[in-house]
Amino acid sequence: MNNSVSNTARLLGAGLRALLVLTLVTGVIYPLVVTGIAQGLFNDKANGSEIEADGEVVGSSLIGQPYNLPLKKGEETPEPDLKWFQGRPANGLGTNSVNTQYKLILSGATNRSGDNEELIQWVKDAKAAVVKDNSTADFTVKPSDVPADAVTSSGSGLDPHISPQYADIQVHRVAERNGLPVAGVQKLVDEHTEGRTLGFMGEPRVNVLELNIALKELLAKN
Amino acid sequence: MSPVLAGVLQLLALMAALALAYVPLGNYMARVYSSDKHWRVEKWIYKGIGADPDTEMRWPAYLRGVLAFSVIGVLFLYALQRLQGVLPGSLGFSSIDPDQAFNTAASFVANTNWQSYYGEQAMGHVVQTAGLAVQNFVSAAVGIAVAVALVRGFARSRTGELGNFWADLVRGTVRVLVPIAAVAAVVLVACGVIQNFSGIHEVGQFTGGTQEWNGGAVASQEVIKELGTNGGGYFNANSAHPFENPTPFTNLFEIFLILLIPFSLTRTFGVMVGSVKQGYAILATMGTIWLGFVSLMMWTEFAHHGPAFELANGAMEGKEVRFGIGGSSIFAVSTTLTSTGAVDSFHSSFTGLGGGITMLGMMLGEIAPGGVGSGLYGMLIMAIIAVFIAGLMVGRTPEYLGKKIGTREIKLAACYILVTPTLVLVFTAFAMALPTPANSMTNSGAHGFSEILYAYTSASNNNGSAFAGLNADTQWFNTTLGIAMLLGRFVPMVFVLALAGSLAGQQPVPATAGTLRTEKPLFTGLLVGAILIITGLTYFPALALGPLAEGLA
Repeated sequence: MNNSVSNTARLLGAGLRALLVLTLVTGVIYPLVVTGIAQGLFNDKANGSEIEADGEVVGSSLIGQPYNLPLKKGEETPEPDLKWFQGRPANGLGTNSVNTQYKLILSGATNRSGDNEELIQWVKDAKAAVVKDNSTADFTVKPSDVPADAVTSSGSGLDPHISPQYADIQVHRVAERNGLPVAGVQKLVDEHTEGRTLGFMGEPRVNVLELNIALKELLAKN
Repeated sequence: MSPVLAGVLQLLALMAALALAYVPLGNYMARVYSSDKHWRVEKWIYKGIGADPDTEMRWPAYLRGVLAFSVIGVLFLYALQRLQGVLPGSLGFSSIDPDQAFNTAASFVANTNWQSYYGEQAMGHVVQTAGLAVQNFVSAAVGIAVAVALVRGFARSRTGELGNFWADLVRGTVRVLVPIAAVAAVVLVACGVIQNFSGIHEVGQFTGGTQEWNGGAVASQEVIKELGTNGGGYFNANSAHPFENPTPFTNLFEIFLILLIPFSLTRTFGVMVGSVKQGYAILATMGTIWLGFVSLMMWTEFAHHGPAFELANGAMEGKEVRFGIGGSSIFAVSTTLTSTGAVDSFHSSFTGLGGGITMLGMMLGEIAPGGVGSGLYGMLIMAIIAVFIAGLMVGRTPEYLGKKIGTREIKLAACYILVTPTLVLVFTAFAMALPTPANSMTNSGAHGFSEILYAYTSASNNNGSAFAGLNADTQWFNTTLGIAMLLGRFVPMVFVLALAGSLAGQQPVPATAGTLRTEKPLFTGLLVGAILIITGLTYFPALALGPLAEGLA
């Protein structure tokens, strides 16, 4: 009996020493070496791909953000600032995710299923809003033209991209609100439309923050 | 180009990359686990452990090593989380509660990486890097070690010796996992994955105001999370988070890392048992199931049945624009057919049938290609069952790779395949019967049941992904899922090692004209059939209540 107790103790001791040594290798040396290389070679990317406009940091090119009007009294959620291109919905993040309006970078999805009543309502509301907001005097958005990404929340709740279709729908509205020619805004969207990597990886997309920064520069020039 | 075609091309590119790596990596791993030479750094490590790497172990000794190392791992990780509040480098986060700390410790040691916490709001640099990421490495190395022990059981004869656990653990870590991870981490950083140790800081926004970010050693952890088929995200959104998975290329690259070792281990197996064709047969079985599942997943996700998706004109809920439906489907299948559980899109918001496919993938026992190590030993157990069934049909004593599958072997194999279904179904039944667990559901009806079935399936099979609508941070779920993860990981290992010992002690039987040729396509077909039938019969009633009911509604 004593023998087996001391054998067990010896074995656990070996286990502990093995864990400590391997922690040193994989939990200290490995991450520090990788961090060193990352900070040395890819300093900008290793720190979050920050992006600047007018010399000030305005976020990360990888992280979505809201483009809203300041919160008015009595409102629970601020209204979108329709002068700017809008990203995907992230409003509807459920109780299980604490991400509210991209404020604190806490990521998460709604996790609603395809037959969930709440999700159905969110999609309906979002679609109605996209149609209403983007229809101008000489341009009407048809509900069937609204792409899926415009009315659904992403997996991270931080999606920095929208589909080119959703960007195209917004062109007339953005042009009208800013007093710019439609063709000029469309050109901007086309320039910021990124195709599939090597022609087949992923989906074509538009980075909303980069597009809005370009729009701001265009406005400053006019 | 249509999204469907792009999805198929991504699939082909992935298969080509895996095929290129298959022979060199498989051969390399066979050399790693067969070589008599020790690297200098390994000698230092053995000295630190106080173990002689050249001592051969019989199966009980090997098992004791596995268990001792894992018990220490659970205790250490538990203590680290409980002490987080007083540790430096913790971003000001407090200590984790006992039930959640137990759940997380069990989860990472069992190679599951189920997470009932929000990564960016709970775990500081020290726990993430020196606790969770370390288990990502070593739990993967333990998995490969056990698989290699089983392969040695087939390869050796008239000996009970299966190798040395400490040597296998250290070599797997030092020679296989760390080198690949270091290179791949730099690739990820080059594409935009963050790697720093900054604290929580504010970053300006376009229309004014600020966002709050926390930094972290994300790239180094992301890589081993995929490579070791662990799956625990640095951030709550896991590989959907742009800082973990910023581009379509990184998405494919991460899927490649998930599948790399599990597929290549079939080559290692072939080389070590002296017939690479046997490895190809196992590879073909894994590949057939994986490809079949990916095709089904793409079909159902592109078809987007379900009221909300039809209204939205596509199943983009819970998916990122940059990956699209194709990239998300390949990831979802690869993560649930291995023991990874990382997600680049949220399975709860897949179509009803899509969600069912992710669940069925785990229910197969994660063997196509499965977790690192666990996929190979799980598949070899199924091969033994298939050989046994074939033997019954022709009335011959079954044999596999020259070893007789006798009463003892088939009993051990049968016990192995009973463990996880028992855990899944019993725990799910209790959770449904008791009043409080159901309060954790986000969705109701069939999908609500699926959330709970998915949780126990994921935990018992050591996957770690979730129908994340389920609020799993309750005492009930933290405790029962923790127990399911530990039992689902280590009880099967007992049977695998006992089986390995029994096979290694046998005298090989020479192949005759009547021997079932296990390197032929016929056997692959038989094996695929056996896997689908056994799993189908076990889980069909439960699947009918959940995803099938939703998908056919």
